[in-house]
Amino acid sequence: MPIDPVSLIHKKLDAVYRSEGRIVFASLVRMVSDFELAEEALHEAFAAALEQWVKDGIPENPKAWLISCGRFKAIDVIRRRNRFEKSIPELSLTMDQEVTIEDWDESRFKDDHLRLIFTCCHPALAPSTQVALTLREVCGITTEEIAEAFLTTAPTMAQRIVRGKSKIKLAKIRYEIPSVKELPDRLDSVLSVIYLEFNEGYSASFGDVLTRPNLSQEAIRLGRLLAELLPDAEVLGLLALMLLNESRREARSSRDGYIILLENQDRSLWNASLIAEGKALVESALRSGQGGAYTVQAAISAVHSDTHFVEGTDWGQIIALYDLLLSGMESPVVELNRAVAVAMRDGPEVGLRLMNAILDRGELTRYHLAYAAKADMCRRLARNDEAKAAYSMAITFSRQEPERRFLEKRLKALD
Amino acid sequence: MKYLLLIYSKEADWTDAEREQCIQDSAKICRELDSKRQYLSASPLLPVATATSIRLRQGKREVIDGPFAETTEQLGGYFLIDVANLDEAMEIAGRLPGVQRGTVEIRPIYDVPGLPIVKVE
Repeated sequence: MPIDPVSLIHKKLDAVYRSEGRIVFASLVRMVSDFELAEEALHEAFAAALEQWVKDGIPENPKAWLISCGRFKAIDVIRRRNRFEKSIPELSLTMDQEVTIEDWDESRFKDDHLRLIFTCCHPALAPSTQVALTLREVCGITTEEIAEAFLTTAPTMAQRIVRGKSKIKLAKIRYEIPSVKELPDRLDSVLSVIYLEFNEGYSASFGDVLTRPNLSQEAIRLGRLLAELLPDAEVLGLLALMLLNESRREARSSRDGYIILLENQDRSLWNASLIAEGKALVESALRSGQGGAYTVQAAISAVHSDTHFVEGTDWGQIIALYDLLLSGMESPVVELNRAVAVAMRDGPEVGLRLMNAILDRGELTRYHLAYAAKADMCRRLARNDEAKAAYSMAITFSRQEPERRFLEKRLKALD
Repeated sequence: MKYLLLIYSKEADWTDAEREQCIQDSAKICRELDSKRQYLSASPLLPVATATSIRLRQGKREVIDGPFAETTEQLGGYFLIDVANLDEAMEIAGRLPGVQRGTVEIRPIYDVPGLPIVKVE
């Protein structure tokens, strides 16, 4: 069968669009200082490529070709859109400075890609806007898909994205990689966007499904990208944490949608290659001595992965890592997790004492997992009435259907 | 790009001495911004008790003794600056004395070309 050159070009363009479309977009945004215009220019550049590449063949550097073409398309768009000539000289100026995109080395593309990430995660944007913009502009996910992932309507999500882009443009948020001085703060906000995205896909905070794997996949992809662009210890730590958690996805729920706790999981279902990759990343993050909260959490997850039987878990090491985590931040949720680990080592009575102390301080009193953990301690101690009361509280505060079903099952088992 | 920095705080939170210190510290920032050609105007405001609000309804002027809205924190002063982008405006806003006990709202200015420009000395 002869190979149809047109369909070959189509395939190639498709692949370029998927793997490098957002990089081309990132460079175009810097050149034209406008998200909408860059998006329009991007699509026109791909349309032009379809014609041109069939005639002239695939260029040596498709990315550079597309950026260069997109830049001209942006100027055409402006000319078409309005008669005000004033913005054109400014654009031509940036063009003159950068005539030979073909000569760019990879770091130029990387820098533009980072600029896009940092701009979408700018602290002047609300966290929900940061997440939406990152998914849309950096990952290229459609507005409809993002809306579906966050259980909202497409118009609502579209409005959030449009408002975000409009604020970037009108309030003039800088399209830049932060300076070394600003980097720790700014990086924090990027990492928390990625982790939020991962968690929303790993353990949806509301709704009737336990996990939304696509969101987690995107978060991991973003984590990998960031690790490649900016291999800071905490970037590696976060990627490791996501990979190690992801490795247990298959084992976390039964076919009928029930949650399976870590201690009851069939560990043969854990994904060994994700664990290996995650562990290697934790080790290099720890070795650097620069790791923070994500790295330590990843290390905790790695200790769980070390053994094929829950009985073989090194709880002492896990507790020590929680202590390390708590030395750098105050967090009742982390304290609660530490209490669960202590209970595994020293028995439910000790664990219960620690959990009650947290609740008595008036913290986590609306957090369903605090009551679920407490209920589990009481259940193990055969204090059924207290266990029932705690399960009921947990059910009251749970917003997620699979979790609620799990808790109800546990509650019923006590009758 | 011009930004208006609006400084809100509880008037009652400031002693006279603190207010005086705040004005002096702010003046220092004004001079520094001016040396970088980023300064347009700035001033503290007299207490909100001196405010008068006016509106016109059905051709009739209504005068209200007080601010536009009774809020827990009051507008106590402003800076009008000219900087490259929001990040620079945020950096400056983060150094204003008012930020420690109040809130600084950053509003980008809608630029109308051709208006007379008054440079406050």
